[in-house]
Formats: sequence, structure tokens, C-alpha cells
Amino acid sequence: MKRKYKLFIGNLITYLIVIAAFVICQSMIKNGEMSRSMRGQMVPICCYVVMAVSLNLTVGISGELSLGHAGFMSIGAFTGITASAWLLARFNIDDKIIRLLLSLVVGGAFAGFAGFLIGIPVLRLRGDYLAIVTLAFGEIIRNILNCLYVSLDGPSLNIAFNSADIPGKMLIKGPTGATGNPKLATFAVGFGLVLFTLFVVLNLKNSRAGRAIMAGRDNRIAAESMGISVTKYKMIAFVTSAVLAGMAGALYGANFSSFAASKFKFDTSILILVFVVLGGIGSIRGSVIAAIVLTLLPELLREFDDYRMLVYAVVLIVMMLLTNSPFVKSIVQRITGIFKKTEKEDGANV
Amino acid sequence: MSEKRFKPNTIMVPVPSRSIVPERDAGRHPVLETSHLGIEFGGLKAVDDVNLAVGPTEICGLIGPNGAGKTTVFNLLTKVYQPTNGTILLNGKDTSGITTEQANRMGIARTFQNIRLFNNMTVEENVTIGLHNQIKYSLFTGMFRLPGYWKAEKAQHKRAMELLDIFDMTSLASAKAGSLPYGAQRRLEIVRALATNPSLLLLDEPAAGMNPHETEELMSNIIKIRDQFQIAIMLIEHDMNLVMGICEGICVLNYGRVIAKGTPDEIQSNPAVIEAYLGKKKEGGK
Repeated sequence: MKRKYKLFIGNLITYLIVIAAFVICQSMIKNGEMSRSMRGQMVPICCYVVMAVSLNLTVGISGELSLGHAGFMSIGAFTGITASAWLLARFNIDDKIIRLLLSLVVGGAFAGFAGFLIGIPVLRLRGDYLAIVTLAFGEIIRNILNCLYVSLDGPSLNIAFNSADIPGKMLIKGPTGATGNPKLATFAVGFGLVLFTLFVVLNLKNSRAGRAIMAGRDNRIAAESMGISVTKYKMIAFVTSAVLAGMAGALYGANFSSFAASKFKFDTSILILVFVVLGGIGSIRGSVIAAIVLTLLPELLREFDDYRMLVYAVVLIVMMLLTNSPFVKSIVQRITGIFKKTEKEDGANV
Repeated sequence: MSEKRFKPNTIMVPVPSRSIVPERDAGRHPVLETSHLGIEFGGLKAVDDVNLAVGPTEICGLIGPNGAGKTTVFNLLTKVYQPTNGTILLNGKDTSGITTEQANRMGIARTFQNIRLFNNMTVEENVTIGLHNQIKYSLFTGMFRLPGYWKAEKAQHKRAMELLDIFDMTSLASAKAGSLPYGAQRRLEIVRALATNPSLLLLDEPAAGMNPHETEELMSNIIKIRDQFQIAIMLIEHDMNLVMGICEGICVLNYGRVIAKGTPDEIQSNPAVIEAYLGKKKEGGK
């Protein structure tokens, strides 16, 4: 019972950090204290937080290193903008929020389906091989989207591969990507998506399925001997992670008037993996904080001008060293020890 | 007359002979039967021609010198390895081609020689992993915290505590499994295996690393588990006090083959067993 209480508090802190960040940003925007470029960063930050948390589900909780996460994001982005344009033409849904939410659902569903298909061969592999194959699938997705042409002819969608010869208004134009998209995304919806992701992932982690996923990660043979079908639960984690990445992608797509498949390159997958690793593998709260800080950092480092990426790299290395140094760890332990002492005394009384 | 012939649909199952079970189980179907069970690793016959039968409430011992193939037999029974020869019948059903987790659902649970607990999880969570197929709720119930979740989690907590109570471990429920002392980890593994509601429990060296007092306690607990759950228990053990003290039927393996089967008294006086353990008496040397 005491443990459950602790867990509840831990989750609550994560939610509170996100809510506090949202309130602060919102008030800054209202008072006009935020620069224009920073305001433009708000929705992408939400996307990256969702991406980092969902990747942490695969890497941290399920224990499989996936390097193709940006692939799912791109599927979400492209299906999302197609869905929102089609919904407007077919059903005349004018309300921006409803269209955005529906496009998030469509993006998530398509990415989840792709995750399922990719998961069938990929989850038969282990360790490094799995990482390499997910990388390859991420690139395959990007290359397919690079050749995809979609146009909207009245209420009907035309899809062609490697040819721009289709009637109607072009939505996706191969390597040029999607252009002329309406900007539907708002910071509030992004914040809602972050909360939804946290809710799903944290609840999943502390449920029957989540325990089965972690059991398969910690000791596969023991988990199988306990009657847990490890592959099935790894698939559940992989698909859930893909769905959330697809939703993040749909939001990302709805935030820019144009974007191309080249935006979701291997670099993006690695960037998200950096968030997860620096935030702490398996720590959801860490992923959230790392995603926020590391997306804002290049923005804040603008004054360094040409040396921006150099400073960024140095900050990454310093963070990595600090989180692993015994000296810093001992300081952190001493600080948390003060709180823990009182807790232990409580425990003795019970 | 029609050309149709009578074609029986009866499925024939193999029945091993030459096996023994306790008298009280005589009328019932053995929980486990193996016939000509064997596995080859690239020409090396690690286990060869093992015929076993375990009664539904029998405590059965599997002993033998180091490297005799005892753990391999356990790995074959739980389908960690697929046998290359012979059949395994669990509760009378053939188990060929099934996976480890399916074998567990058919009623076989085990502990490991080198402890395989989920070290980062608490003691209670380890037991709840064992309850995975006993108390169920869907993925979405868990994800969105529907009413079924709270009900099932409560039932799970209650059942886990009941099981932990067998070994007086309820006070350790919220400790990390990896932080427990060695003996407690072994006991937790047994509790976790019991949580899967098996009809056959395989214990791989349950007394390894325990002091005589703890071993004594373990012996009474094994008998308690058998009586309370009415299940069969098969154990590998090097501690002869434990084996001779609680096992009803004993099977001795050497070089992957069964060299003797019988009651503890028979085994103790069996010349083949003595030879396997102590070596051959020198010719004429006295």
C-alpha cells in the first residue's frame, strides 16, 4: 500500500511538471513576454515530448532499442494532413479542433498499423540486430513517402506512386512534401496530447500488461516460464509506441504549412533517442524534461550564433558526464536522503 | 452394400509402461509421463531414453552426479528445449510443439537453479507476474483505469498476500526482490511458480545455499504445499537429507540416462547408484 502511495505521488509530480510548464508558457504568451520564435517552438516541443515518452516505452520499458521512431512520426504527419483535408472536403467539418483531433486519431491508427506490420519481423530479433532493422524500416518509410503523390479531387482522394499525373488539388507532392496545409495545431491541443500520452504510458506501466512487458525485458526465460507470451507483450508495447508517435506526427504536420519526408530522417530518430537516453532510460519524467530542455536549448543558444551547435554538443556531453559521475550522484543522494530519513521513521511506526 | 467402411475416429495416445507412482495415486492419471525422452546437441546425447511417471500428488526426486542432465530434463519438460526424441504427456495430453508459456498454462511451473527473479520489481510484483494468467483484465481496462482494473488489482493483491503467507513473507511484500537474502529469493521463486496455479511444480535445487535449519523448514514447506494445493512436485537436489526425507519416488540420472528408479530405500542400496556417486570398487582391492 505504501508503495502504491509512493507511485501515485511520483506520477502526480510528472503530471504537475507538465501542467506547470503549460501554465507558465501560456501566461508568458498572454503577457507578450515570449518571443515569436519561441512561440513557434511550443507545438514542436509538445510533439517531441510525446515522441520521447513513446520511444521510452519501447526502449526503456520494453527494452528494445528502436532507431526508426521518426518513421512512425512521418506516417502520422502525412496521413494526418491528408485526413484533415479529406474530412473538410467530404464531410464539411469546419471546426478546426474536431478536424485536428480526428486527424490525430487517423495518424495514430495508420502509424499503429505500420508498427504492427513492422513489428512482426522486427520483434523476432534481439539487441543490435533489432536496432539495425528498425533503422532500415524507418528509412524505407521515408523513401516510400518521398515517392508518394496524393491529391484531393472534390471529395475523393487520388493516390499515385512516383507520378504527379493525378487530377485535383495536390496534397502531397513526392519529394516536395505536403504544401499549403492549414495550420490547425494549437498549443492547448499539444498540451492535451502530452497529458494523454503520459496518462496512457504511466497507466500501462503500472498494469497487468505493463508488468508483463517489464518481466519480458528483465528475464525472458523466467517470464515465459510464468506463462507470459513475451513476443505478444513486446508487440503491444511497440504498437502503442507507434500509435503515440503517429499522433505526435499528425500534430507536427498540422503545425507547419509545408513539410517534406526529408524532415523525418534518421537524425530525427537519433535526436529523440538522445532525449530518452539523457532523460534516463525507463524514466518517463526524465524523458519529458530532457525533451523540453534539449528542444529549447538551440533556441536559447541563439546568441552564440555560429557556435550554437558546438555549444549544444558540449552541453550534451557535460550532461552525460554529470548524470554518471559518482560525485554528483552522492550529492543527489544526500539531498534525497534528507527526505528519505523521515519516511523511514514513518515506516518503523507502522 | 455400400463401399463405406467403418473408420474409427478414436485418437490413440501412447501409454508408457514400467513406471511407478504412489499407491494413493494408482487409480488416477499420472500428471506427467515421459517416454523415451531425449535430446541431442549436435550428436551429443545430453538426455537419452528417459521414462518417467509422476503421480498427481507425488513428491518425486531427480538426482544424479553433476552434469548428469537433470536440469536439461527440466528444460525439456518446460519446453525451453524441444526434445529431439520421445514424448511428454502432461495430464495425459501430448506437449509436442508447444512453447514454454503454453506449457506453463497447461500446468507446469518451475524454479531455476540460478535464481531468475525480476530483481527490479518488488516481491509482490514478482508474485503478480505469476498470477498473470489467473487474474485477467484487458489492455484497455488497464490503460484507462476502468472499474475492472481496480477490482482485479485488489483481488491480485489479496491472492499474492495469501501465497506469500505460505512462506511467511508478507512483511517483505514491498521490498525489491533483488535485495532479499539468498534463501528468501529461493522461497520467492517457489511462491511465484505456485502463483501460476500449476499441477506439477518443478524445483531446481531448492535447498542450494541454505543452512540445515532453513533446509528443514523448506522440507516441511514442500510437504505443506503438496497437501494444501494437492499438486505433484518434482525436485532436483544434491542434499540427500532432503531427498531421502521427503521424496516418495526417486529417479537417478547419470550421463543422461536413468540408472535407477524406486523408493528412497531401494535407491540407497542400489549398486548402480553407489557406483555413480562413489565410483567403482577396485577389483580385489579391500
